[in-house]
Amino acid sequence: MNPIKKIELEQMRIDMPDFKAGDTVKVHMRIIEGEKERIQVFQGAVLRIHKGTTNATFTVRKVSDGVGVERIFPLHSPYIERVEVVSEGKVRRSRLYYLRKLKGKAARIKQKNAWG
Amino acid sequence: MANNLAILGRKLGMTRIFNSDGSAIPVTVIAAGPCPVMQVKEASKDGYNALQLGFDPIKEKHVTKPLKGHQDKAEKGYFRILREIRMEDVDGFEIGMEIRAEDFAPGDKVKVTGTSKGKGFQGVMKRWNFGGMPASHGHEKVHRSPGSVGNNTHPGKVFKGKRMAGQMGNKRVTTLNLEVVGVRAEDNLILVRGAIPGSKNGLVMVRKQGN
Repeated sequence: MNPIKKIELEQMRIDMPDFKAGDTVKVHMRIIEGEKERIQVFQGAVLRIHKGTTNATFTVRKVSDGVGVERIFPLHSPYIERVEVVSEGKVRRSRLYYLRKLKGKAARIKQKNAWG
Repeated sequence: MANNLAILGRKLGMTRIFNSDGSAIPVTVIAAGPCPVMQVKEASKDGYNALQLGFDPIKEKHVTKPLKGHQDKAEKGYFRILREIRMEDVDGFEIGMEIRAEDFAPGDKVKVTGTSKGKGFQGVMKRWNFGGMPASHGHEKVHRSPGSVGNNTHPGKVFKGKRMAGQMGNKRVTTLNLEVVGVRAEDNLILVRGAIPGSKNGLVMVRKQGN
């Protein structure tokens, strides 16, 4: 096997759930403050998934006190404790950048239901 | 092992790995060695201390007769590349000994020498980061030109070493103070933090750096 691929496969996390752009996720981040370690949860809609091996990232957007906040997480980072999929969204695009211009009710994402 | 030990290798490419504290490190993967010592040069006999290393095995039929005779002494097969590395002293090194990736350890500081990517004949803006000329205000056909290259009757010449257009890249480059992040002995790999000169599959020399 290509040695670089082998190194990357060792680094990749297989415990990540399968989620797509439009899904609402809770990202449990490990945060180290001095000696102590705690978990912070960042909940929002997945704006995009950037594919790759160890380079893969995903962007999560939430609106906090009326201010849009986006965070880009490395998908395979050991900083991420776990990712929880709260709900699946029904969207037609893989990059939901249009959400940045929308506010309030318009910025909602349709939920996926049992029949798709 | 001596603190200025070196090994020959090929640059495989770059990737990122995660540190134990979770931060990502950009690394270059080098397929290094194993490099047998083909000849030991000593100050008393040759005037300087050095080891000649072999790298990249080839078949016997591809070796010329003079080189075959030379490489037969080590009895380690035949190699495409033979390179000398200068040593402070060569005590403890014998012909036929192998220098391997595991002679390097994580945390070591190394310098990596390779041949930089060739960029061809380039102008001064790309080659020396000159600013060029304004796009407008009466400037015509000179937007990427170097401007003045000297003075007048005195000194009446262009000084040697004046930075001008010319061949860029495809020459020997050494990057200093690189940190070895990991060593994979089973695959003969050395992982070095950051970028190293040259293209993928380019021949590189990894040398340990003294303090």
